[in-house]
Amino acid sequence: MEGLKNFVDKVGYPRLIIGAFLFILCVMAAVLAIPVPGLIGDILTRVGMNGILVLALVPAIQAGVGLNFALPIGIVCGLIGALVSIEFKLGGFTGFFTALVVAIPIAAIVGYFYGQMLNRIKGQEMTVGTYVGFSVVSGMCIFWLLAPFRSPELIWAVGGSGLRVTISLESTIDKVLNGFLSFNVAGVQIPTGLLAFFALCCIAVWVFGKTKSGAIMNAAGANEKFATATGINVNQQRILGIVLSTVLAAIGIIVYSQSFGFLQLYNAPLMAAFPAVAAILIGGASIKKVAISHVIIGTFLFQALLVVSLPVINILADGSMSEVIRAIVQNGIILYALTRETGGDLA
Amino acid sequence: MDNHLQIEEIKVKKQTNVERIMGFIVPIVFIVLCAVGYYLSELPFIFVLNEVIIRLGRNSFLVISLIIPVIAGMGLNFGIVLGAMAGQMALIFITNYSLEGAGGLLIAILVSTPVAIVFGYLVGRVLNKAKGKEMITSMILGFFSNGLYQLIFLLFAGTIIPFKKEGLLLSTGMGLRNSVDLAGVRYAMDDIIKIRPYPGLTVPVFTLVVIVLLCLTLTFFLKTKLGQEMRTVGQNMHIAQVAGINVDRTRIIAIIISTVLAAWGQIIFLQNIGTLNTYGSHEQVGLFAVASLLIGGASVTKATYRQALMGTFMFHMLFIISPMAGQNLMNDSQIGEFFRVFVAYGVIGLALLLHAWQRRGKK
Repeated sequence: MEGLKNFVDKVGYPRLIIGAFLFILCVMAAVLAIPVPGLIGDILTRVGMNGILVLALVPAIQAGVGLNFALPIGIVCGLIGALVSIEFKLGGFTGFFTALVVAIPIAAIVGYFYGQMLNRIKGQEMTVGTYVGFSVVSGMCIFWLLAPFRSPELIWAVGGSGLRVTISLESTIDKVLNGFLSFNVAGVQIPTGLLAFFALCCIAVWVFGKTKSGAIMNAAGANEKFATATGINVNQQRILGIVLSTVLAAIGIIVYSQSFGFLQLYNAPLMAAFPAVAAILIGGASIKKVAISHVIIGTFLFQALLVVSLPVINILADGSMSEVIRAIVQNGIILYALTRETGGDLA
Repeated sequence: MDNHLQIEEIKVKKQTNVERIMGFIVPIVFIVLCAVGYYLSELPFIFVLNEVIIRLGRNSFLVISLIIPVIAGMGLNFGIVLGAMAGQMALIFITNYSLEGAGGLLIAILVSTPVAIVFGYLVGRVLNKAKGKEMITSMILGFFSNGLYQLIFLLFAGTIIPFKKEGLLLSTGMGLRNSVDLAGVRYAMDDIIKIRPYPGLTVPVFTLVVIVLLCLTLTFFLKTKLGQEMRTVGQNMHIAQVAGINVDRTRIIAIIISTVLAAWGQIIFLQNIGTLNTYGSHEQVGLFAVASLLIGGASVTKATYRQALMGTFMFHMLFIISPMAGQNLMNDSQIGEFFRVFVAYGVIGLALLLHAWQRRGKK
C-alpha cells in the first residue's frame, strides 16, 4: 500500500488519470478495429505540431512568472513573420526561415515590454496575462483588417483589402518540416523534419538551462529573496524568461501552421494558451516547477488522447463529443493545478 | 499601535485615491467615446435611445449580480456563467413542459433557484481553495463547466434525460438542438407593463422596476449583519477571521447570491431575446457583464449598482453605434465589430492591470 502511495505521489494524479483514460481509449480503439498505424502517425505529427507551443511555457515557469497565459502575444508575432514571408512569395525552407527571422526579433521586443509590465504586477501574472493576451488578440483583429499586405494569396478577393480569416499555405510553406526526410515504417508516416525540429528546440532550451545564464534564471525563479541576496537582478531574469517564452511561441505557431497547412488569423489564437497549459500540467509540471520531460510527456499524452478519442467517440457517440471531452480534460487539469495547496502565491 | 493605525489610514487613503481616479477617468473616456461614436454613426437619436433602454432592461440584472463577490473581496466572478447555465436549464425545462407566459417564467425562476444555489455552493468551495487567484479560477471553472454542460445536453439529453416536446431534440433522438425557441415566454416579463411614450420608443417598465428593486434590496442587504461581514471579509480576510467571522462560509454565501442572481438575470435576458442558443448563449455572459461593470468605473475591489447601471448603458451604447461608426469612418463595419470586442477585453485587462499594480504599490 505504501509503495502504491509513493508511486502515485511520484507520477502525480494528472498523469495517472490521463494515462489510464488514454489506455482505456486505446483498448476501445483496438476492440473497434480502428487502424493503428494511421493513429500513430497522427499522434507523432500532432506532438511535433503542438510541442513547441508547450515548450514555450518552460522559460516563464523557470523564471518564476508562472504559467504564461499570454502565449497569444508570441503567437501573433509568429503570424506576422509568416505573413511577411508569404507576401514576398517565399516558399519552402527559404519561406520558413524568413518567417522565423522576421518573427523572432518582433517577439523579442514585444516580450521585453510585456516582461517589463509583468514586473510591476508580481503575484498577479496569470490573471492579468490571460486578459492582456485576449486584448492583444482582439486588438490585432483590427490590425489584420487594415494591415498593408498586398499579395492576392493573403487578402480577400472581394474588396481588395483586409487579410483572410484562414490563409492556405499550399503554395508556400505547407509541410516543409513534415515532409523533410519523411519516411514510412509499417504504414506509419514519420514526420522526421518536424520531430527533429521539436527535438532541436527542446535540446536548445535544455542546454540553455545548463549554461550560466540559464542557471541564474532558474535561481531567480526558485527563490526571489535568496536570488536578490546573492546579487541576481531578479526583474531582469524574469524579463529574460518572458522574452524566451514569447519567442518560442512565435516559432511554435509557425511550425504549427506549416504542419496544419493554414495560417489562422483573427480570433483563432484567442484560446491558444489553454491547451498548451493543460498539456504541460498533464506532463507533471506545476506552477513553480518544470522540466523538459514534462513537455514531451504532457504533449504526447494530451495529443494522443485527442487523436485516439476522435474515432472511438465517433463510433460510440456523436462526433462533437470529442471536442467536449477536450474541453473537460483541458480545463479540469488547469483547475486542479490552480486549486492545489502547493500552487504558490501566483495568480 | 497608534502608529500602526495611522499607516493603515494612509494606505486606505492612497487606495481610495487611485480608485477615485479609476472611477472617474474610465467612465469619462467612455462617455467621450460614446459621444464621438454616436456623432460618427449618424443614427437617429430615438433609435439609439430605444435600443439602449431595451438592452439596459436585458442586461442590467446580470451585471448587478457581480457586485456582491466584488464586495466580499473575491474579485470579478467570471463564474456567473454557471448561474446563466442554471437559468438556461430552467428555460429548457419549461419549454419541454410547454409552460407559457408570465406563469411559465415564474416557474422557470423557481426551478432555476435551487440549481443555482447548488452551483454557487460548488463554485464557492472551489474558490475557497484558490484564495488570491479567484478570478482566473472562476474563469477556468466557467470553461470547465461549459464542457460538462455540453456533455449533458449533447449526450444525456434524450438518452438518459427524457424529453417529451417534439422539435427539442436533434433528429437522431440524442442531444438538444442548437437553438430552442422560447416563443412561449418571449417578452413575458417585459410585456407586464410596457409603455410607448413616443413613436419608435418602447419602455419595458416592469423589467426596469424589477431592476430598481434589486438595486434597493442590494443596498439594504449590505447594511445587514451578513452584508457587513462580507465587507469585512473583503477588506481583510485575516482580521475578519480574528473577529470571529466564518470567512469561508461568508465567501460561499456571496458566490451563491451572485450565482442565483445570474440565473435570474439570464432568464430575463433570454425572455427578451426570444431564442436560446443552447450551446452558446451563456459563453459570453461573464465577459460582457464584467466589461460593463468595469466601464462604469468599478474596480476589482469596489463596485456599486450605479456603476453597474452606468457601465451597462455605455457598453451597450458602444455596441449599437460602433458598427455604423466603423462603416462611416473606415468604410468597413467589421472594424466597429472588432473594436467593441477589443473594448470588452481591453477594459478588463486594463482594470486587472491597474488593480495588480496598485496592490503591489501597497505592499
